Amino acid sequence: MTSPITTPATPLDAEAIRADFPILQQLDPEGRPSLAYLDSAASSQKPNAVIDALDDYYRRYNANIHRGVYHISELATSRYEEARHLVADFINANSPREIIFVRNTTEAINLVAQSWGRKNLQAGDLILVSLLEHHSNLVPWQLIAEEKGAQIVAIPLTSDQRLDMDSFDELLKREPKVVAITHVSNGVGTITDVTTVTRKAHEAGAVVVVDSAQGVPHLPVDVQAIDCDFLAFSGHKALGPMGSGALYGKLALLDAMPPFMTGGGMIKRVEVERSTFADVPGRFEAGTPAVGEAIGLGVATSYLTEIGMDRVREHEVALLQYALPRLKDVPGISVFGPEKTEDRGGVISFTLGDIHPHDIAAILDSENVAVRAGHHCNQPLMRELGVIATTRASFSVYNTFDDVDRLIGALHEANRIFKLE
Amino acid sequence: MVDSLYRDIILDHYRNPRNRGTLDPADYSYEDVNPLCGDEVRIDVRVVDDKVSEIKFSGRGCAVSQASTSMLTEMVEGMPLDEVKALTKDDLLEELGIPVSPARMKCALLGLKVLKAGIYGIDQLDEGLK
Repeated sequence: MTSPITTPATPLDAEAIRADFPILQQLDPEGRPSLAYLDSAASSQKPNAVIDALDDYYRRYNANIHRGVYHISELATSRYEEARHLVADFINANSPREIIFVRNTTEAINLVAQSWGRKNLQAGDLILVSLLEHHSNLVPWQLIAEEKGAQIVAIPLTSDQRLDMDSFDELLKREPKVVAITHVSNGVGTITDVTTVTRKAHEAGAVVVVDSAQGVPHLPVDVQAIDCDFLAFSGHKALGPMGSGALYGKLALLDAMPPFMTGGGMIKRVEVERSTFADVPGRFEAGTPAVGEAIGLGVATSYLTEIGMDRVREHEVALLQYALPRLKDVPGISVFGPEKTEDRGGVISFTLGDIHPHDIAAILDSENVAVRAGHHCNQPLMRELGVIATTRASFSVYNTFDDVDRLIGALHEANRIFKLE
Repeated sequence: MVDSLYRDIILDHYRNPRNRGTLDPADYSYEDVNPLCGDEVRIDVRVVDDKVSEIKFSGRGCAVSQASTSMLTEMVEGMPLDEVKALTKDDLLEELGIPVSPARMKCALLGLKVLKAGIYGIDQLDEGLK
């Protein structure tokens, strides 16, 4: 018996991994094929291990942390702090104290802008961002820049949406105070060489803030190797629960920063007129945190570590290598972002003829293929691309070549409906 | 479902929009966006004898938002302002003749919202259109 044309393999057994994700196992209520989920850049699906960890917390030891002198509160506290260790190990932080639990990347960057920024920025200071930034690594800087009279300048891009490093070098001569940069573009997938950016920015005297919302879930990340000062990511994009996320900051910087939000849990001593604040990281975790969700995030990092982040990346590269040439055969398609897969995360953003991305997404949905359509919180980037929106497919550990085939089939269907082929 | 959403008349109005352009000066002008998907619609209206004498729309967006706005401009050409004010979303949806899911309702109704906001003022929009 001759074998059919071999489908290239990825280094992961995605079918086995899919079995861990109940949402991918369920039958579609409308009788469509099961979900082809290609929107992990917006939020990933969650494996049983994470769902079970949440369930276990709420059923067995739901309690507030830190000051409860009873068994389940102590258990919750120790699991919460264990999660901090797990996250620290996952990104190779020097100490768990360098990990602050937040709700998401947005909150993490607001924390840096409002705490470090308010203390350290002055009138006339320069904040460098890039045209790749998600609004969450742009708008928080706009607010503090306006308050302080600082200026924001965006590093321009090459024609395939990579950072224009020559322009970056020129801008560094203006001695920016902050370089706030995306690790992997959620809009077009560009991977920024954050290690080089950080080295150059440090030589110019800047503090470096990395938005790794699309980095940590998909690439091996070592904050000590990158040497960035702050790095933010969302747990819910990294197979963890909604409402979980982390800010990494170098301990010396965090130690010198004032609180961002204030209230319970972040104080040492409170009098009516003044207070002293807790040490890092407690200082930045005012109020009752999302305890179960942080524990779930720790479990998600363990799940990813067990697979191996190198293999996660290789899997997504294999999906890109399968998808990109096939997508280019769809009549009318324009794919944005870097050509080489080494420069691209598992994100493919495109337009198709004169079909609006919203219409494309609606047609894809009718085939139960879930993608995102819109500006992806990347309005300056969309302007740079000369479009108002794109359609975006994005990958994670559970995606397969079959998902890509279904995407491409549904794009042909969109062309057919719009009479473009 | 999806085929019926993109029936020929919608594609025709999307590809060949009626009353496309702007009017300057105009008696009423308004523009709005649907921030969810980035649909943009601007409508300019000239009024003679309390009737819509000329209407133009401009903007960018999905087939549903642009086609429904194009069809809306045809509906209201020559219409007394009182009748324009009394138009309901059901009137427009009936004219569109397509099944509009809750997620697409904002697309389908953006043009009507803009037209009414221009004539009424945004504060006095019907609750159902906001």
